[in-house]
Amino acid sequence: MSRRKRAPAPGSERFSDAPLDGSLLEINDVKTQFKTPRGLVHAVDGVSFTLERGKTIGIVGESGCGKSVLSRSIMGLLPSNVVRHGSIKFEGHEIGNVASNEMRHYWGTQMSMVFQDPMTSLNPVMRIGNQIMESLRFHFDVTKEYAEETALALLQSVGIPEAERRLREYPHQLSGGMRQRVMIAIALACGPKILFADEPTTALDVTVQAQILDLLQEQQRERFMAMVLVTHDLGVVAGRTDDIAVMYAGRVVERAPTRSLFEHTRHPYTEALLKSIPKLSMPSHSKLDAIAGRPPDLVKPPLGCKFAARCPYAQPKCLSEEPPLVDPDIPGHAYRCFFPVGSAAGNDALTRNLAAGETATGLPVRREGDAVLTGVTA
Amino acid sequence: MLESAEPQLAGAASGPLSGTEVVAAEKSHKKRIGIIAWIAIGWLALLVLLAIFAPLLPIKDPINGYDYLHIKSGLFTPGHILGTDDSGNDVLSRAIWGAQASLLIGVGSVVFGTLIGGFLGLVAGFKGGTTDTVISAFFNIFLAFPQLVLALTLVSVLSPAASNSAGWGHRVAIVILAVGIVSIPILGRITRANALAWSQREFVMAARAQGASDWRVMLREVLPNVVPAMLSIALLSVAVVIVLEGALAIFGLSIPAPSPSWGNMIESQISNPNSAPTVWMVPSVLILTSVLALNYLGDVVRSKFDVRESAI
Repeated sequence: MSRRKRAPAPGSERFSDAPLDGSLLEINDVKTQFKTPRGLVHAVDGVSFTLERGKTIGIVGESGCGKSVLSRSIMGLLPSNVVRHGSIKFEGHEIGNVASNEMRHYWGTQMSMVFQDPMTSLNPVMRIGNQIMESLRFHFDVTKEYAEETALALLQSVGIPEAERRLREYPHQLSGGMRQRVMIAIALACGPKILFADEPTTALDVTVQAQILDLLQEQQRERFMAMVLVTHDLGVVAGRTDDIAVMYAGRVVERAPTRSLFEHTRHPYTEALLKSIPKLSMPSHSKLDAIAGRPPDLVKPPLGCKFAARCPYAQPKCLSEEPPLVDPDIPGHAYRCFFPVGSAAGNDALTRNLAAGETATGLPVRREGDAVLTGVTA
Repeated sequence: MLESAEPQLAGAASGPLSGTEVVAAEKSHKKRIGIIAWIAIGWLALLVLLAIFAPLLPIKDPINGYDYLHIKSGLFTPGHILGTDDSGNDVLSRAIWGAQASLLIGVGSVVFGTLIGGFLGLVAGFKGGTTDTVISAFFNIFLAFPQLVLALTLVSVLSPAASNSAGWGHRVAIVILAVGIVSIPILGRITRANALAWSQREFVMAARAQGASDWRVMLREVLPNVVPAMLSIALLSVAVVIVLEGALAIFGLSIPAPSPSWGNMIESQISNPNSAPTVWMVPSVLILTSVLALNYLGDVVRSKFDVRESAI
């Protein structure tokens, strides 16, 4: 089984001769569609980005906007009812069309993933140590002693006290935060070049979320590893990523360096996400700005801008034409909007909508103090 | 699943550093299996030991031990605690030697069924798709036949023409094979259902994301989680199979007389149950008690593994 040696897929060698300064991951116009009885679900719809060695990209968006599917599409970890298009280049090699039994040579050693829920992503009947050693042993054919030493070192490096004893314990003997540390140790075992962290803190207690994020960041820096951090929480990615891509309805609606995204927010969806985060300076019991409505049906996505139905800036143009992803004012800061936040066109659009009391889609808008409220009539 | 209750509990008992408390709490929580389970284990162990060491025990010859002075004698006849049959053979001795055949058939056919049914079920549940459809259809076709009819047919098909001339071992093998085939779909379906559920768990995806092959994921990640369910059904199946062997014997298709099995001892008295009642009563009681013990242990095994999942 695992001992049977196959010729490794091109680019999956541990130490490839790819130039170190080239980009590590380059994805171009990736589309992922699920075949369902209702029709094709366009879960990821034309996403492109580049990731360099040692850099971190945050993928942000609300539930069901395709961010998890995107990271699984890149790794090739998809169920069989899925159609994937587009190009995914890893160290210059196209891996978008590699069969999954060949992708196995990439998984673990080149790219690996930390899953959302540490409660369910560890095997309940296998000792922690064995779970860490598992991939070391089948990828590298190392001795048991060597694998054990490595597992111990890994457990120590992810900050688990009494690591030696923990190696012999079962997952149910560990708390949630500990288990996520173990998951990270497993994902790092074979020294991947990219780590996909799929909402790594969503299932955890708030008190350990920061610890886990710090750990991921520390490991990523020490190992000069690239990281794709998927989250629904802009607070998680702020200050931890180099770039951020905000996704909505399977598309990237804004993509920018982290600082620029927060300082010069352009897309109304990003603005709405930022506004929905509570701030420490707000008095207690103040109402958060929720985003009215829900994401569109991904089987039949709307014609124009996908966010128009929930957007306080929406104009008739937004309903008929989809804005392209371009960076007209700040280089590297791309967004998909005709009436971007903070621009003259955007301000005009908002003023017009406020005066009319509703947007082009009929969504009620009104001003209350400094806030713009959507979806509520006075 | 029910695991969601776990983190709070584990988290409350242990800060990152106080793991020892958790372990201590767990030990005291470990569910005892109880006195009845120990009695069941003891009884089955006794039967197995008696069957294995039958040749060494100071008991009478079960086939040629004719005692013409005591034919069809009742309980507590001197020298024959459990009486004798119509040829004067000792019932206790025949019951012990009969345990050999009955237990061998019971365990052998279930092991056979578990290996083949378990393997097919595991592959079906894990792979899904067409593989699953084909294997499940195979299980369903077999399940559509009444068990006894299927076993009868298989024994007749597998037996050589002069079936009564076949040796004891040969005969046992045929019955094991026939009953084993009957038990394949039962064990297979349970394994498939469990493998299906476990294969969709996130740790299976996590193992693949580390580059484990399908076989490795199936054998290392899914199988160990399915084994408890398989074990509990296998124990219950041993009980069913012992009864099925008795049923086959009633049709004269199990171990041929004069070699004893529990089934054919009962069968031998079927036309005239009052003449030597201990001959059919003793094996009946043995079947009843072992089936009860196995059923009970099957339940214990199941609940023991349930606990790990839910109520820590």
